[in-house]
Amino acid sequence: MKINDVILKTVSQAGVLIILTFGVYLFLSGHNQPGGGFIGGLVLATAFVLMFLTFDSETVNKAIPFDFKKISALGVLLAFSSSALPMFFGQPFMSQTFGYFDLPIFGKTELATVTLFESGVALTVIGVVVNIITSISEDE
Amino acid sequence: MHLLIFAILFPFLAAALIPLIHRRLGPLNIGWLVLAVPFILFGIFAWQIPGISSGDTIAATLHWIPSLGINFSIYLDGLSLILALLITGMGTLVILYSIYYLSPTDSLPHFYAYLLLFMGAMLGVVLSDNLLVLYVFWELTSISSFLLIAFWFHRKNSRYGAQKSLLITVFGGFGMLAGFLMLHTMTGTFSVREIVSTIGQYSDHGLFYPAMFLVLLGAFTKSAQFPFHIWLPDAMEAPTPVSAYLHSATMVKAGIYLVARFTPVFGGTSAWFWTVTLVGLVTLFWGSFCAVRQTDLKALLAYSTVSQLGLIMSLFGMGSAALHFGDGEAGAVYGLATFAALFHLVNHSTFKGALFMVVGIVDHQVGTRDIRRLGGLMAFLPITFTFAVIGSFSMAGLPLFNGFLSKEMFFTASLNAAGLPAFSAETWGWLIPVIAWTASVLTFVYCMIIVFRTFFGKHQPKKLDKKPVEPPFGMLVSPAILSILIVGVFFVPNLLGDHLLRPALNGVLPGITGAAPHISAWHGFNTELWMTIGIIVVGFLLYKYLRIWKKVYAIIPEGWTFNALYNKFLESLEENSNRLTSKYMTGYLPHYFAYIFGFFILAAGGTLLLTGALSIDFSTDTPIPSYEVILAVVMAIAAIAILFVKSRLTSVLLNGVLGYSIAIFFVLFRAPDLALTQLVIETVTTALFLLCFYFLPEWKPEAASKNLKIRNAVIAVAGGLTVTLIALSVRAGNLYDSISSYYENAYELAGGKNIVNAILGDFRGFDTMLETLVLFIAGIGVYTLIRIKGGKETRKNED
Amino acid sequence: METIIIFLVGILTAVAIYLLLSKSLIRVILGTAILSHAVHLLILAMGGLKEGTVPLLGEEAESYVDALPQALILTAIVISFAVTAFILVLAYRAYQELGTDDLDEMRGVNDE
Repeated sequence: MKINDVILKTVSQAGVLIILTFGVYLFLSGHNQPGGGFIGGLVLATAFVLMFLTFDSETVNKAIPFDFKKISALGVLLAFSSSALPMFFGQPFMSQTFGYFDLPIFGKTELATVTLFESGVALTVIGVVVNIITSISEDE
Repeated sequence: MHLLIFAILFPFLAAALIPLIHRRLGPLNIGWLVLAVPFILFGIFAWQIPGISSGDTIAATLHWIPSLGINFSIYLDGLSLILALLITGMGTLVILYSIYYLSPTDSLPHFYAYLLLFMGAMLGVVLSDNLLVLYVFWELTSISSFLLIAFWFHRKNSRYGAQKSLLITVFGGFGMLAGFLMLHTMTGTFSVREIVSTIGQYSDHGLFYPAMFLVLLGAFTKSAQFPFHIWLPDAMEAPTPVSAYLHSATMVKAGIYLVARFTPVFGGTSAWFWTVTLVGLVTLFWGSFCAVRQTDLKALLAYSTVSQLGLIMSLFGMGSAALHFGDGEAGAVYGLATFAALFHLVNHSTFKGALFMVVGIVDHQVGTRDIRRLGGLMAFLPITFTFAVIGSFSMAGLPLFNGFLSKEMFFTASLNAAGLPAFSAETWGWLIPVIAWTASVLTFVYCMIIVFRTFFGKHQPKKLDKKPVEPPFGMLVSPAILSILIVGVFFVPNLLGDHLLRPALNGVLPGITGAAPHISAWHGFNTELWMTIGIIVVGFLLYKYLRIWKKVYAIIPEGWTFNALYNKFLESLEENSNRLTSKYMTGYLPHYFAYIFGFFILAAGGTLLLTGALSIDFSTDTPIPSYEVILAVVMAIAAIAILFVKSRLTSVLLNGVLGYSIAIFFVLFRAPDLALTQLVIETVTTALFLLCFYFLPEWKPEAASKNLKIRNAVIAVAGGLTVTLIALSVRAGNLYDSISSYYENAYELAGGKNIVNAILGDFRGFDTMLETLVLFIAGIGVYTLIRIKGGKETRKNED
Repeated sequence: METIIIFLVGILTAVAIYLLLSKSLIRVILGTAILSHAVHLLILAMGGLKEGTVPLLGEEAESYVDALPQALILTAIVISFAVTAFILVLAYRAYQELGTDDLDEMRGVNDE
């Protein structure tokens, strides 16, 4: 699908940036505010989809050289392996833990292992959604 | 990580790495890298020998699902150690052999990945203490065996053999699983060690015998015991290294291991003694009887493996009598059988492994395994011939080879069992040594066939595809090592006996001391020696006049072999299930939906009416703001309008209206996460619909008869009504307290303030984890559907 | 309010079932989409509506609405998206291969 539309391209260049920022914000705030892996992943995915719809896939593939199938596989792997990780520390499968650390810039910050799991979820969502949309739209 | 857990995981990790690295290796055969895996593991296990032989055991536990009693617990005692050494030791030799045996055109990465998968699974079986973990590994060995048998999957026989082995062993595995669950019901634990220590209280339990027979079913199918032995000969379609490894040295020993492992649980009962002993003896006899008439060397070895497995099995049966008597002189006498079983288990792996490799060499160098075409190869393959003689004579039970020692012990044990003053052995006990001796004569006959028909006689170069020459040096190393072991064990048997067999015996017969003898080759002119001499004399005569008495085999009618029964059963199963299914599976989706919703309406709605659960109570309702009513009405109208619209675009947009309205409802009902998700998803879904509809045909008005439409409408309305009534009744009744207050501790328990996310990521993380998998599968499904097109043209070409 | 939502769920279900029973594959797919809408609303209504504030502990409210149904629905939304996408593509490919979206015509096709 090839669309040559200057307005669309300009708007979506800015739009994608905003959506990406929003997606990352949603992903990170999910612990205490609305958001989390699913939503963050979905919003990020829509940003990529918008890119694919605006520019042709060759341009986008040059700019972001990821294989989204592999990203989704990586996500599943991350979700599963981060779940299995506690077993090697004598904890049951899927135990999560959290702690508070003093980081230089952020001050007192909470770090939780669930973030690993959540990023697995988010990567899966991104990979799958983008993969589905691009598969269909690129089919001749 | 604990060393033993590493030992199990290592092969799996290595198998996972193979696809990643094999392309980077260039001309290097990947087998050389794989070889390191069993070699290192063998070193690890050999390192444990001193500790284990002094009576230690090693245990380690990973918590898996502790709330269900499923822990990844590993237990290494003498019995496990023997098996682990066999698995890794034979694994090393077989992989070394396979590097030269397989041709470079075979898909080596697949082969070695399957082989490593098998190795890890098999180690898992012998090291697991938890029954469910054991079961998982058990089935994994069946699956890897299936993959390896079907390695040359372009051959029809390979596929047939693979399917047969899978069906039979998995069938037994299911039985075994049921048996394990019964054990759990009785004892409340899945740990073998705990079951052994508490089972004494449950011998009167109603499930004791069912559990025993189900566990035995698993063991008998896996170890190819009569009448389940039929899968093993067909499994010989696998490449010869696989046959040597899985189908003679290790996997088929899993059943025997299971029997040994469960001897402390069920042993000491009459039922266990007779079932295991008799099944073993019948298998021993039938296997050797069938082996004699085979013309394919590998088939002959397959039946001989069946027969030898029967021998080991029967010895474990006889040895279990020791538990009836307990510690003391009688216990020690009958416990000898178990010692012999363990001894023969090791010996069998050495000589049968060597023989399989010899047959592989003959096949590889000459191009056939058919003894009618072979002969006179001694002059061409002198080294191979030497190994063949050592392996065969050991199997026949001749002195100078380790088989002699365990065979003598087998006769001693069978004579002991004949005089057993329990289990009504007075009446039928004499059968045991008689069958044992007869089968051993036949064993002698087929051992002679292997040596003399292949290596002596007239060389027939016209019937061979290739000119026979000795194989490359690397192919001879493994059988050479095994041959040295065969002879070495004969001269220093007690090295093996004291360090490996004695601790293993403690695992099988706990509390019985003094059963492990000092092994020696010479006992004077006793009954056992006369039995051996008799075997040699009668066996030689039978071999000489084979042509005359071979007619015996014609007595069994063709259609009545177990194989024919199996094939017939499979055929009729296929046919009948096909007939039954095609009656209601019309291939028409609306029919299926009609069944599903009809059943739902009758079952759920009917239950609601019949049990009087139907009740309606509006008092708990929250107040009704007008804008929410408007939204609900909009949704209802949009939904109903979808049924009547003329254009597909409108229908998609109406569906979008529904989706966005729900998002608004989520906002109103205090669910911000849901509202966000729904908004994004609805956008993506609508885009997807539009994309697909761009390619799909125009929306046609429903072309159905009026009756059909009315029928559909009735089902639809009834379905909607049922859901409404159920929901209303649920609202009205309050059967259980809400559990949601628990999740309000999210901050203390999970460190998160967003309860919904804490549930998703932590409390109910399992759901989410598997959900990522579902998503992934859907994504891959979409991708393959679109990118990988079989197309009509390619399919026609295949036809 | 719950009663109204429940009736709405009933209507949506009936519409979904009617669409599922039709011959055209596109209608069937729409039916599944609507059915999942109905189920999401149903689960939410079963948990009780508006009995507190949003389930964010940062709000420090007296009571929160039931978070469990929300978590379940969140999972369900994503799964139903995956399933819808899959069957949409299935329908599209079926149409490409067979040239029809009529289920009655499809059943005669023996692809073996």
